[in-house]
Amino acid sequence: MTPFTSLTVTAMPLARPNLDTDQIIPSRFLSRDRDDGTMGDVLFRDLRFTAEGVERPEFVLNQAPYRDAKIIVSERNFGCGSSREAAVWALYDYGFRAAIAPSFGDIFRNNCFKNGMLPVLLPRATVDGLIAQLQAMPGAAVRIDLPAQTVTFPDGTAHGFDIDPFGKECLVNGVDELGYTLSLRDQIAAFEKRYERTHA
Amino acid sequence: MTDRQGSQALRPDPSTMFAKIWDRHRVLERPDGQTLLYADTHLVHDGTAAAFKRLKKRGLKVHAPSRTFATPDHYVLSSTKRIDAIPNPEKRGMVEKLLANAAETGITLFGLDDPRQGIAHVVGPEEGIIQPGNLIVCGDSHTSTHGAFGALAFGIGSSEVTHVLATQTLWQRKPKTMRIIVDGRLGTGLTGKDVILAIIAAIGAAGGTGHVLEYAGAAISALSMEGRLSLCNMSIEAGARAGMVAPDDKTFEYLHGRAYAPKGAAWDAAMRAWRALPSDDGAAFDAEISLDGAAVEPMVTWGTSPEDALPIGAAVPDPDRETDADRRESMRRALDYMGLAPGTRLAELPVDRVFIGSCTNSRIEDLRAAALIARGRKVAAGVTAWVVPGSGLIKQQAEHEGLDRVFTAAGFEWRAQAGCSMCLGTNGEIGAPGERIASTSNRNFVGRQGPGVRTHLMSPAMAAAAAISGRLADVRRFEVMP
Repeated sequence: MTPFTSLTVTAMPLARPNLDTDQIIPSRFLSRDRDDGTMGDVLFRDLRFTAEGVERPEFVLNQAPYRDAKIIVSERNFGCGSSREAAVWALYDYGFRAAIAPSFGDIFRNNCFKNGMLPVLLPRATVDGLIAQLQAMPGAAVRIDLPAQTVTFPDGTAHGFDIDPFGKECLVNGVDELGYTLSLRDQIAAFEKRYERTHA
Repeated sequence: MTDRQGSQALRPDPSTMFAKIWDRHRVLERPDGQTLLYADTHLVHDGTAAAFKRLKKRGLKVHAPSRTFATPDHYVLSSTKRIDAIPNPEKRGMVEKLLANAAETGITLFGLDDPRQGIAHVVGPEEGIIQPGNLIVCGDSHTSTHGAFGALAFGIGSSEVTHVLATQTLWQRKPKTMRIIVDGRLGTGLTGKDVILAIIAAIGAAGGTGHVLEYAGAAISALSMEGRLSLCNMSIEAGARAGMVAPDDKTFEYLHGRAYAPKGAAWDAAMRAWRALPSDDGAAFDAEISLDGAAVEPMVTWGTSPEDALPIGAAVPDPDRETDADRRESMRRALDYMGLAPGTRLAELPVDRVFIGSCTNSRIEDLRAAALIARGRKVAAGVTAWVVPGSGLIKQQAEHEGLDRVFTAAGFEWRAQAGCSMCLGTNGEIGAPGERIASTSNRNFVGRQGPGVRTHLMSPAMAAAAAISGRLADVRRFEVMP
């Protein structure tokens, strides 16, 4: 995983609540092998394209200022629904590196941390303010500084955010947690011995 | 020790069922609160090829094969058990890879020739694999189903599946707890599905985010195990990764004698432990809400989120009457997708298809409830109605009871092979654009049952009533024939 420190990039507003992972990547693409690295082409497939594969010009990602956006800003419950990690893979493969919302689907948010993608939680009024700025200044850049835990809006205001320290550590160092857990094997084995004695 | 004060002093603080289960599975806790938890059971399905591939790439083995159970469900055709009949090679490959991975790693497999095969969340309980006090994970968000046994069960992503395969553990932060009390007595024909749709309508699709739900109260205790499974299944649709119900005699009766349930002296010991699981009197929850069970009516969804649910007697809501601007906009978008006008009676909406199945509602009790409505009646002209049993054993049981003949005589299609089928259409079984489906599944998301397909969620009896009427209908108006 590429380490995540800070970025100053175009942010795309997707102003709707409950944007579920079925819409981020429809289920008919879940049998694809990600090795070919092209899951970005089916990101928001049915929102982006007609059944015939023609771009829908009204969808925000198809509009010139946002084609290269790397931050997605959405409303409450972004990434709710199915646990499909391919939702994060599709966002990442397209080029997105962070998502900002007032709340996330819990599994989606976990999946972000495993894939170098930063989920940023901000209060609803703050997110609404950011969406309004992005709509007023299409293509405007937003800065995210993960070590400092701040997001700087187009108007220059900086907003702090909370993040799980373990998730932050993994993102900043570009590592996943499995290697770390494997170093705890003895403790897991000891637990198993104890557990099988008392709860078998 | 008989001294009253002394024994009280020794008694620990009252604890929630969730906290008891969490504590006993804690391998270690970091100073930052991240906790390594041990999973009793890991369910695996045919959507996990990427997780096994990652495991192999890192040169790792399955840590606890005896705790890992696999069954193909997402990519199986409902028409046949033949894998070579799956037309799309990518989808066929998903089933083949699961079989190969199971053979290679020594995990237990309920394959397509095994009558125990079915939807993972149906098979686990049916085999007695899921037990009270367990921690259960699976790479599927509807793992919350298993909380019906008084277990902590939640869905995980593909990377976490690899992590659990490799270590039988996973990292979690302790979630908050929310108790949802449903008192009173449910009306005739009302089910766990109606209760959970009413709950989600009340608290919203993100109402339970960051929480584990515990359902309690007289109306919950009165639910059958099947009803509790449907209830807990849709906890994720309220944003909660897990939902649970305290185990009781119904739970134990359901489990007794099942293949993987403890036997003999081990059963007696397990029962003693299970009886100590329910939340203690006075245990504190981070949030608590209550609902009157007697006021719950047969529920249907009208929009594109499970929170868009209303009693069948209601009309399509009017966005112009919504005061929250964001909500107003999302209602408009939902009505546009669903092809609905405000004010239309829900009970007038014509349906093109009916789907009875999924991990929410494909168990024997669900099929019996639907068959009671179908018996002696006919599916309305122009409506295609499917019944997809949740497992091979449920299919056998239903056929033994003659339910298949009730369905086929009424014009339903009795599908041959258990699986997820049209709940999400990963196997290619989807509706046509613009079709309106009465479905017993769990998600009415945009495109969930196929691009442009309009899904209305409801209970199995309500779906059967919709098939017969050709439109959404109040099941309470149907006389049940003997």
